[in-house]
Amino acid sequence: MDLKTSYLAKHVQELRPSGIRKFFDAAAGMKDVISLGVGEPDFVTPWNVREAAISSLEEGHTSYTANAGLAELRQEIAKYMRNYFSASYHPESEITVTVGASEAIDIALRAILDPGDEVIVVEPCFVSYGPLVTLAGGVPVYVQALKENDFKILPAQLEEAVTARTKAIMICSPNNPTGSMLSAAELEALADVVKKHHLLVLSDEIYAELVYDEKYTSIASLKGMHERTILISGFSKDLAMTGWRLGFVCAPEAITAGILKIHQYAIMCAPIMAQYAGLEGLRNGRADVVEMRKSYRRRRNYIVQSLNEMGLVCHNPEGAFYTFPSVESTGLDSEQFAQKLLHEEKVVVVPGNAFGASGEGHVRCSYATSMSQLQEAMRRMHRFVSRL
Amino acid sequence: MRLTDAEIEIAEILENDARLSNEDIAKMTNKSIEEIDKIIKKLEERKIIVRYVSLVDWTKVDHHQGVTAMIDVKVTPKRDVGFNEVAKRIYRFPEVKSVYLMSGTYDLSVVIEGKTMNEVAHFVAQKLATIDSVISTTSHFVLKKYKHDGTIYDPDDEDRRIVVSP
Repeated sequence: MDLKTSYLAKHVQELRPSGIRKFFDAAAGMKDVISLGVGEPDFVTPWNVREAAISSLEEGHTSYTANAGLAELRQEIAKYMRNYFSASYHPESEITVTVGASEAIDIALRAILDPGDEVIVVEPCFVSYGPLVTLAGGVPVYVQALKENDFKILPAQLEEAVTARTKAIMICSPNNPTGSMLSAAELEALADVVKKHHLLVLSDEIYAELVYDEKYTSIASLKGMHERTILISGFSKDLAMTGWRLGFVCAPEAITAGILKIHQYAIMCAPIMAQYAGLEGLRNGRADVVEMRKSYRRRRNYIVQSLNEMGLVCHNPEGAFYTFPSVESTGLDSEQFAQKLLHEEKVVVVPGNAFGASGEGHVRCSYATSMSQLQEAMRRMHRFVSRL
Repeated sequence: MRLTDAEIEIAEILENDARLSNEDIAKMTNKSIEEIDKIIKKLEERKIIVRYVSLVDWTKVDHHQGVTAMIDVKVTPKRDVGFNEVAKRIYRFPEVKSVYLMSGTYDLSVVIEGKTMNEVAHFVAQKLATIDSVISTTSHFVLKKYKHDGTIYDPDDEDRRIVVSP
């Protein structure tokens, strides 16, 4: 037995490291690289938000806050949930401010799962979902959202995956890595299955503000879904606040009470300066969000058309800042494509299989990068594809 | 004049980067190149797009520094033509880079560029102050430009993000 790892818990030893890591290592040392592999905005946090955090430090706000977060922040979140998500949450008993949406996903899963409980995880998805289910003692059951359905899960697929042990389903819309967004009608259809089998929905809505064509609908706003939804969101994507690690989870009172128990033991509270920054973002940052959304929309249009023109077929992603083109026409699998592209043209894309089996044959291209970088990336990729 | 959403969007895109090709603008807005050509032509003809310029930082170029002054000008408005006539007399001088009619304690804000402080002072004394309706001038010389027309001169815009993240 290897002494170095023998102290590690078995289930941690068995946990697969993220497939993204490999690419990071390969690209990190290279010069003149253009990265379409970044899962965060290229904007810096708006100045008024940064300034609010600086002021809070100057005023000496350096203490713990209430476990659930600053009362005024929770009130602003409740207002925001009503206005944008059409979902009603009580700031005192149904909202928990967390260290990023990542913590929110983790503690939500830990709050609801008994050992062996199954969670239906819709792939392709963010890399942490499956491992976090496992770490919480649950069993991830993967369901593949398919290319021919624009990477949207169908109610029949959900129905088929439900067993007596199914506790919840995890969805993310708009989606990382595909950019697909579930419409109100599609969510209704999923909600019917959820209600029929008395499941919970863990809905990751971190990209809710970054939608470009249609109005956004939250599953929590649908009839009868408030009590069945754990809604997770945060400040990272729309307000370009990734490094602040500030998110929140909204859930019915009883579930929030459970989530809060774990949060208070594990984390205590989210950092106070980030909370003050988030407060300013909710109160006075919406104009910035509008501008950033406009800019992403133009870049999305540009990259989708450019990729399709070079034969890398991709559907029109309604939200987030990712495109998920197929590389099948090149004869390469997604890892080969990404490797070869990196070495020959120094453009970083992430192989689709890092996000689950149905991502194979695709790569994730983030357009959270400047227009001039995107233009150069498209030139290089076009050159690369024409050579193959 | 009322513009369509598409026309406004294209004006905004060009205001931000006038060197984008019509082909790229077409892709960014999901329109055909012909539509873009047509819209830009209309914006140009109606003088909504007045001119395409580059923002040059001449302070980085040897022997090209120059000086900029902002002059607060008080004038007596004339019957019927108000401030417009005196504004026109002022903005026709090539040394004058901009002229704005202001609310507040003075009337016209005039921006002047010259090679030296002397040259600007000379212009103010000889040309500007001597115009009939001008009552007084107050000159402020610009010491350093940090930001101009929404653009920061020396932006610290290095991409600090890690190359790949989930």
